[in-house]
Amino acid sequence: MKKLTELKKVVSNPYAYVRKYKKQSGKKVVGYFCSYAPEELIWAAGALPLRMFGTSENIHLADTHLQSYCCSLVRGILEEALANRLDFLDGVVFPHTCDSFQRLSDIWRLNITGQFHIDVVLPVKLDTPSAKRYLYDVLEKFRKDLGDALGVKITDKMLAKSIKTYNKIRRLIATLYELRSKNPQILSGADFHAIIKAAMIMDRDYFLEALSEIVGQLKKAKPAKATGGAKRLVISGSVCSHPDIYDIIENSGGVVVGDDLCTGYRYFEGIMDEKKPPLKAITKRYLDRIICPAKHFQLKERGENLIRTVKKSKADGVVFLLLKFCDPHAFDYPYIKEMLEAKKIPCLLLDMEAELPPVGQLQTRFETFVQIL
Amino acid sequence: MKKSISDFLKMVLIFLAGKFKKFTMRFKKSKTMKDYMMVYYSDAKSARLTGRKVAWITSGGPVEPLIAMNVIPIYPENHGAMIGASKMGGSLCEKAEAMGYSADLCSYARSDISCATINGGPIGGLPKPDMLVCCNNICGTVLKWYEVQARYFNVPLFILDTPFCHTEYTNEAAKYVRAQFDEYIVFLEKVCKKKFDFERLKEVGHLSHQGQLLWQAVLDTATNKPSPMSAFDAFYHLALIVTLRGTQDVIDYYTQLVAYMKNRIARGIGAVPNEKYRLLWDNIPIWHRTRWLSEKFAAHNACLVADTYTTAWCGALKYIDENRFLDSAAEAHARIYLNIGIDEMAKMVLEMIDKYDVDGFVLHSNRSCKPYSFGQLDIQRIVEKERGIPCLMLEADMTDERSFSESQISTRIDAFMEIIKERKNK
Ligand code: SF4
Ligand code: SF4
Ligand code: SF4
Repeated sequence: MKKLTELKKVVSNPYAYVRKYKKQSGKKVVGYFCSYAPEELIWAAGALPLRMFGTSENIHLADTHLQSYCCSLVRGILEEALANRLDFLDGVVFPHTCDSFQRLSDIWRLNITGQFHIDVVLPVKLDTPSAKRYLYDVLEKFRKDLGDALGVKITDKMLAKSIKTYNKIRRLIATLYELRSKNPQILSGADFHAIIKAAMIMDRDYFLEALSEIVGQLKKAKPAKATGGAKRLVISGSVCSHPDIYDIIENSGGVVVGDDLCTGYRYFEGIMDEKKPPLKAITKRYLDRIICPAKHFQLKERGENLIRTVKKSKADGVVFLLLKFCDPHAFDYPYIKEMLEAKKIPCLLLDMEAELPPVGQLQTRFETFVQIL
Repeated sequence: MKKSISDFLKMVLIFLAGKFKKFTMRFKKSKTMKDYMMVYYSDAKSARLTGRKVAWITSGGPVEPLIAMNVIPIYPENHGAMIGASKMGGSLCEKAEAMGYSADLCSYARSDISCATINGGPIGGLPKPDMLVCCNNICGTVLKWYEVQARYFNVPLFILDTPFCHTEYTNEAAKYVRAQFDEYIVFLEKVCKKKFDFERLKEVGHLSHQGQLLWQAVLDTATNKPSPMSAFDAFYHLALIVTLRGTQDVIDYYTQLVAYMKNRIARGIGAVPNEKYRLLWDNIPIWHRTRWLSEKFAAHNACLVADTYTTAWCGALKYIDENRFLDSAAEAHARIYLNIGIDEMAKMVLEMIDKYDVDGFVLHSNRSCKPYSFGQLDIQRIVEKERGIPCLMLEADMTDERSFSESQISTRIDAFMEIIKERKNK
């Protein structure tokens, strides 16, 4: 599949892609760091929303701003900026989520120059009338701030067009999830991960085209022979930018059939109502999407959602990938684990530092886990 | 394991007598901190018998409506400080870790979560809540922590969501926070099953404002040279403005305290007998080492005259307007020290450096508290650039004593004090 190869190339070196893209298209590039950034507005404004993943290598510049007990995602992103590797960004958008991101925004604003900086201070709770109203107000303010920064007026028409594109992408990704859940063999986990990542990097129109082509081909593809009872797993955590995980799981006799990641299903879930006033539709999507633990929606929503995901994807077990020093996820883990146990769903906890543990060690842990399933 | 009230009181007494012996001061014919806290905790512990409701509330939360409703507010963070001071944080945190909570989470939260399940800790656990009130103006941790407790105790949770003010308090945020104050009142009416008394709120609001002004007056006495009090005294006396804000008791106590400090000033008595160097402290105290640290600095003739932590309970005074209590409370809660950008925090630090005329800045890099600690390195740089005073960063944890390295910190303080001395004696 030519398109898949192309996507994988982009994902392996996103900055090279973006630099070239910028030159060719003349578009502006706006960086964001979290799946709560309302990127539909960025794309509507005619700029490319680019999700930043940071680096896990050789973090030293960030040490002069952030202590060692900060999560590697935040440290890694700051490192990239301080090392001047993000000079192609015209602006950055910080949605409010966890305490670490919150301070990253401040540090960024004070130390990284030459780009616009917008804080989108979203509500933390999403289940009350006043919070809903506030979210709408904040997005309206963002529309104006972003428009001012980019020098365009973001009209409803522009928003409606962007919504259509995003809806199409999200529907196709949902199809992709389904296809893979039924026939995990048709697409390797690593390739799947590459597609997901490309969705946060590439020109969204072009990506949509490529994705339709890929999904079309996969629909026709005859499933390869099932590899003999691979155990079906759901992964849960914050950001997973370790494509190797999928390979390691597959080599250990497992296969990932679903996830609760903000670089996964949490990012795609939720179709926007194309008949509603556009900003209302976007607001509703951010209210209704599966929450990340830095937000509040009832008391057991995340646990219930994970159980639903396990059931829907007929999974045998859950793997928690928790980034060290990530407070929101660490607080939720015990209760979700308890809920899973009550339903007799086995789970495995994998604490991750910036770098993954050695492959051999990981593989043994997965193999042991897969065996008990 | 159920403890009787008298057992409980005994523990509170022993705790207060033991931990803060040095700082307890007796005013003539007046109540001591110990007396107030005794009554407070005994009221709370016997709430079930007297039919009063108990609310657990975060330290930055709006307590005035609770007082107006005759609800007893309980502060798990204050309890966390007690746990830390009794050096019980390590073992309680360990229990939380065994429950599946990561050792990198805030140690107040960890120790409170495990304490609730065993009624452990220095005072045998806190009285059970009838409701939880969580204001996220200090951190996102409290949100997660209160969610845990709401599941555990199965009681209603009210979240006051105060949008972070990176550079501004937007109109949108103002509208949102104000609306939540109304929701808060509805919530209280529902849980307490009675109408809210707005007249009473006016009185409580007035007392709360007066209390904060008095607390500011207490802290202001430290501008004197020598300072009649140190930040370690402030850590101790803080308990009342946190726990009883909005009551007459706070006014009585701090009125006496101001008089006491002024008397010391008049007689030339300093908290550190031979005060030569004045320092500013940043972040939550290292509760399990307050005594040690205070003696350590005193041995260098250095007094920590002020701190950003206890100042937070009067830091938003400029926003308070008694006549528009609810409107101004909304703003005051959203704009407290931990809910603003680090450049604005640095500005406040610089103001404190000037006001208290300090020679050095000690920053506690607190593994437990990410919103307080991330950004400290930038604040430190701003202070060094703008005021040129030496800064010292100590890495520790406020409650969990397990990772504290006394010898290393001792050496670093000695080295820091050498720099200060050299600079001052030049
Ligand atoms: S886990 Fe939550 S806060 Fe972290 S990046 Fe994802 S959506 Fe954002
Ligand atoms: S949610 Fe967790 S992983 Fe994401 S930035 Fe915050 S602390 Fe880091
Ligand atoms: S110590 Fe920090 S993280 Fe913990 S509850 Fe207080 S403000 Fe929140």
